[in-house]
Amino acid sequence: MDFALDLLSWALLLSGGFFAVAGGIGVVRLPDFYTRLHASGITDTGAAYLILAGLMIQGGLTIITVKLAMIGFFMFFTNPTSTYALAAAAHRSGIEPLDAAGGPNKPEPVEKSLPNPIELTPSRTGSAPPSQP
Amino acid sequence: MALTLGGTEMYAAAALAVLATMALALVRTIAGPTVYDRILAVNMMTTKTTLLIALLGFLAGRPEFLDIALVYALINFISVIAVLRMFGRRA
Repeated sequence: MDFALDLLSWALLLSGGFFAVAGGIGVVRLPDFYTRLHASGITDTGAAYLILAGLMIQGGLTIITVKLAMIGFFMFFTNPTSTYALAAAAHRSGIEPLDAAGGPNKPEPVEKSLPNPIELTPSRTGSAPPSQP
Repeated sequence: MALTLGGTEMYAAAALAVLATMALALVRTIAGPTVYDRILAVNMMTTKTTLLIALLGFLAGRPEFLDIALVYALINFISVIAVLRMFGRRA
């Protein structure tokens, strides 16, 4: 039984460490603030909860596990809140997300990108459309 | 020095991974183009500090360090919100 619990704890701690390093590499290498926010969210959720779960297994049914659960409880509420506040503040200050081509993701004006049917119809048919008097 | 399954090596491995992540977050803190990148990296570092304190407590055989980790988790949230309010007013 102890062997199984130690094995499970090893697996949880190592997968938590993997998520932490993956998120850290993402924070350094991703191109945009909002994508870096995503990489930071990996370390705030995957790494933190897996490592805390691995420590809880080693703690057993004691006050240690209760304290670890309280840390996880606070992280469960404070990390999404701070991530949301960060994203909202960055968006308010004018940082634009990147699109797939790597440029700023601003919507194109619709009326310029669509062809104007009133101007196109006489040149295509050679005469005025029948709906016009 | 044999690798026993129930020893403290698992805490050391996880603590090394957390330390590597903190180093990467420090790179982003220094290189971040905007102030929000730096706040993001510092927020990430303090979360990792909470985990590191808990892991070091287990590594040293003194899990009383968890109280400090608990306080750190709360200070982290308050500091991020306070810094964001300051920069939100300025911008």
